[in-house]
Amino acid sequence: MTEESKTYAYFLGCITPNRYPGIEAGTKKILKEFGIETKEMMGASCCPAPGVFGSFDMHTWLPVAARNLTIAEEMDLEIVVTCNGCYGSLQEADHLLKEHPKLREKTNEILGKFGREFKGTTEVHHSIVVLHDVIGLDRLKEQIKKPMNDVNVAVHYGCHFLKPREVRGHGSSETPYILEDLMKVTGAKTPEYKDKLMCCGAGGGNRTADSVQSLEWMRQKLVSAIEAGCDCMVHPCAFCHLQLDRGQAEMEKAFGVFFNFPILFATQFLGLAMGLSQKELGLDNQTTTMPDKILK
Amino acid sequence: MGTLYEDIVAHGGEVFGEEHMETLRECVQCGKCTGSCPSGRNTALRTRKLFQMALVDLREEIFNAPELWFCSTCYTCYERCPKGVKTTDIIRTIRNLAAKEGHMSVPHRMIGVYVLKTGHAVPIGADQMKLREAVGLESQPPTTQKYKEQLEQVQTIFRTTGYDAMIDFDWDAMNLKGMEKKGGKK
Repeated sequence: MTEESKTYAYFLGCITPNRYPGIEAGTKKILKEFGIETKEMMGASCCPAPGVFGSFDMHTWLPVAARNLTIAEEMDLEIVVTCNGCYGSLQEADHLLKEHPKLREKTNEILGKFGREFKGTTEVHHSIVVLHDVIGLDRLKEQIKKPMNDVNVAVHYGCHFLKPREVRGHGSSETPYILEDLMKVTGAKTPEYKDKLMCCGAGGGNRTADSVQSLEWMRQKLVSAIEAGCDCMVHPCAFCHLQLDRGQAEMEKAFGVFFNFPILFATQFLGLAMGLSQKELGLDNQTTTMPDKILK
Repeated sequence: MGTLYEDIVAHGGEVFGEEHMETLRECVQCGKCTGSCPSGRNTALRTRKLFQMALVDLREEIFNAPELWFCSTCYTCYERCPKGVKTTDIIRTIRNLAAKEGHMSVPHRMIGVYVLKTGHAVPIGADQMKLREAVGLESQPPTTQKYKEQLEQVQTIFRTTGYDAMIDFDWDAMNLKGMEKKGGKK
């Protein structure tokens, strides 16, 4: 990586800044620890959600996503995200617009109404991939101050982090390794569990269409992680975080049972292992609470 | 309006390319999609059945099937389809066509209202601003919700593509038409 690429345009999206700002604060702090700066994208909007707006009208979804991409292009920076929805939406839009000249022309006609143009000069990265590939496991390991040796982590990838693999490019979606690698750096173990590769149940407007059905889906996933002896779930997606964390309060209302199974975004878990406090990471301000085993 | 298959290829093809959508024709009804589907485990969604219905042009039946909306777009079937059918993108396209013909629930239409009002599907409120301050961040992020002229660009896109009309959006009330009186809340 060149020196210039040490600064990224941070695409915040909706849920990270507006519901779980601890994910935003923690990610910025960790990246900064390794010399990577993040700059906010002034005037960015919803990505917009790929399974939601992509399902309602992909001809609206695309120009809204393209508009967000042009903000990073104007900053002359590549994008980093903390949500699989944002990753899915922006990377897919960037990919389609770079592949299809006619589509780009049509999209730019709309963006031209307010003086913007998609040029194809940025790239979209996931913050977790930056940690894994750009910073690297060795450098991360040097900063672990509170090893998580006795913690069993249920890793949850979410969907749009890995799939479709032809766009994401992180290898097989059936045998992923990025989160496992990052957890091992902290000393934590990552047991296999039945529904490890299953969706959280929220995407595609599913959470909005029928929340009880969507919660039942999540309940099954959490039960399978608990049955495998996991102490917490770690993931790379702000939208999954909303479903898995706040969803547990909704599950209590719907089914009368509160699991309080700890949910952490990957940089929140790494942040604790690097010595940041749960307050700095916003973990004291969410539905599920962190046990002493994780906080130490 | 052509057959449902033709409409899928035309509508989705403009974004993904026609070849991408024409993979629907390759479906051999093996059922790997249905067997892989985390939604189908709990709901009536049967992806294989959906594709057969699309191929034999059961347009109204598909558009009126609640399970059309139970796909979470997880791409598991997309990755596993042995015939390379671009399943998730085909489902999203069928949903687009259904929405265009008025098959869109009020909660789904409301997501558009939030974006038209703030630029965000999940906007910020006073309580969440406090959460941001508690972790040392600016109380409001520098997004469309903060900058009106930036929000107007997003609104322009929605007007241009007709998304506002599709959800029956009332620009004066900044809400769905008729919602003001029924809901009684601003």
